[in-house]
Amino acid sequence: MLNYLWGLMLLLGVIYGAFTGRIDAVTNAVLDSSKEAVSLCVTMLGVMGVWVGVMEIAKTSGLIKVLSRKMQPLIKFLFPKIPHGHEANEFILVNIISNILGLGWAATPAGLKAMEAMEKLEKERGNKEYLETASSSKRCASNEMCTFLVINISSLQLIPVNMIAYRSQYGSINPALIVGPAIIATFVSTIVAVILCKVAEGGKHK
Amino acid sequence: MSFSPLKIVLFVSEFMVPLVIFYIVGYGMLMKKNVYEDFVKGAKDGMMTVVQILPTLIGLMVAVGVLRASGFLDLLAKLFTPVAMLTNFPSELVPLTIVRLFSSSAATGLALDVFKEFGTDSYIGTLASIMMSCTETVFYTMSIYFMAAHVKKTRWTLPIALASTFAGIVASVFLAKIM
Repeated sequence: MLNYLWGLMLLLGVIYGAFTGRIDAVTNAVLDSSKEAVSLCVTMLGVMGVWVGVMEIAKTSGLIKVLSRKMQPLIKFLFPKIPHGHEANEFILVNIISNILGLGWAATPAGLKAMEAMEKLEKERGNKEYLETASSSKRCASNEMCTFLVINISSLQLIPVNMIAYRSQYGSINPALIVGPAIIATFVSTIVAVILCKVAEGGKHK
Repeated sequence: MSFSPLKIVLFVSEFMVPLVIFYIVGYGMLMKKNVYEDFVKGAKDGMMTVVQILPTLIGLMVAVGVLRASGFLDLLAKLFTPVAMLTNFPSELVPLTIVRLFSSSAATGLALDVFKEFGTDSYIGTLASIMMSCTETVFYTMSIYFMAAHVKKTRWTLPIALASTFAGIVASVFLAKIM
């Protein structure tokens, strides 16, 4: 995806710049933007260092485990049909907690594991589409998979650390001003996602 | 002192980061952990992550910079003016909104361009910040997650994911307006 997007952006920029007589500006943009990326990363080094450092304390002190235990009922509500003690629960929990805390790099591996676990769950349920012999081209996502993905996509992040860092790099007077509004907007999108998922799950298709 | 909802939101903004740090470090000390050593270890991990994203950031910021310098982004914004007039959504943010569905890093490049052009604390800058914080990369996430489960038919995932993204954007516009 990014291969096309990135390539297209550059080609379009060069061609359009040549036509509008701004090719010198394009040249400068190449040099300036690359320098800017590095200085942005210097800011990010500090902010991410602090944030991930603090999160490491949360992990080793067992705080994340405590939070996960508190989240258990929520998982039960969102995925009532996943049997108690199934490994899918665990991965979903880790993924959601990591997303809330803004640990994207921890969220994705857990999310992929959760998907694999839900695939196994379908096999255990005897879903014909998921048997070894069935062709995977007709395989439909299970209700749990759809709900899990939609909730992931609805965004769960409590504190948008990256955005705060970018804002501070570009001279914001109050980089963290957006935290409150971002929490509300995230809440709105997640609530809409949960309601629509519950409605869709209630529909046909078992 | 009056209590408007907006004040509470801004209060949360101000206190959220210190509060989270206070809570986590306090909890770690209560549990008698070596909080400083853990912090240093984590900070190292965090910095490594940044170093790993530096190449993508260079690539994407250059691409967006070239698009901006060529005048193409202005052209794009002009093309979307009718949509913006109808929906009251700034046309300058239409490219960002679309790209956000496909690639998080490319969207970051565009958001940084918005900060540079319009300032972080302008209406457009604030809106971009909130929007970027409450949305995810719909198509990318769907493709890698469903690939992991070897699923081809995604049923209602996409329409509902888009609806939830849309709800987040509407909320962002409303919030950015009253700020």
